[in-house]
Amino acid sequence: MNVTDLWYQFREPLLGGILIGFAAGVLWLFYGKVLGVSGILGTLVDQVADNLKGRGKWVDALRKSPVIVGLVLGGFLMPFVWPKGLDGFQNASLLEIAIAGILVGYGTRLGGGCTSGHGICGIARFSKRSIVATVTFMITGALAVFVRRLLIG
Amino acid sequence: MSWIFHFACGLLMAFGLGVSGMTDPSKVKGFLDVTGAWNPALAFVMAGALAVNILMHQIAARRKKPLLDQDFFKPSRVSIDWRLIAGSAAFGVGWGLGGYCPGPGLVSLAALTGGQFGPLVFVAGMIAGMWAFKVKKI
Repeated sequence: MNVTDLWYQFREPLLGGILIGFAAGVLWLFYGKVLGVSGILGTLVDQVADNLKGRGKWVDALRKSPVIVGLVLGGFLMPFVWPKGLDGFQNASLLEIAIAGILVGYGTRLGGGCTSGHGICGIARFSKRSIVATVTFMITGALAVFVRRLLIG
Repeated sequence: MSWIFHFACGLLMAFGLGVSGMTDPSKVKGFLDVTGAWNPALAFVMAGALAVNILMHQIAARRKKPLLDQDFFKPSRVSIDWRLIAGSAAFGVGWGLGGYCPGPGLVSLAALTGGQFGPLVFVAGMIAGMWAFKVKKI
């Protein structure tokens, strides 16, 4: 493989990464906030749960929402911006996906972050916690793919 | 005003995730498939994101406070404990199984308009998992 092929294959991941890093950098530089999706969504879930029990203020929950709204709305605008962006291929059943979702939700709250919070923001702060977390979820992610292939093919 | 900034960052991140291929479960699983047909493409997502984010953190480090707020909200937890390891391990298994991490899961909800229920099921599961953590019944 020559340099031109490499560039062709990796320019989109690189460009997308630069956009993600820029979004995270802007939020940190302007507002001192970590662009960690599981943290932001988790805090929103916490506040909704509190509000349903009559604790807390709905306005605090709403203040957590703009990033989440941006992400979801960005998906709906994707066909006009980057048509390939939603053309993913999924080989897992809906049951597997449901289990995956529960593991991701519970795991990111217990571990205090996900690919964005630990992987992009934490490592950019050179946080040891985030480096350990990122290495951990990459290893268990690889193990999950490996074991699934052994069992299901 | 701050909500416009937060919203714009979410929107920009969504497009970044779409362009990068992080919203494609087969690419995520291909990246994690180190014992099979490994697809290293997504390593470049992290490289690009970290390069820009580290640079901007260095600029921020020269300031006492952010440009439009009073303090940098640095995560308070610093210890490497069982929660960090067990939680990250569980997250990794879910990531490898479904091919979605939280951001791409939310972005992919829009695939519902094309008749795909996977992302909706994923996000519902993710919120249920977060809710369970909050109420600590499991």
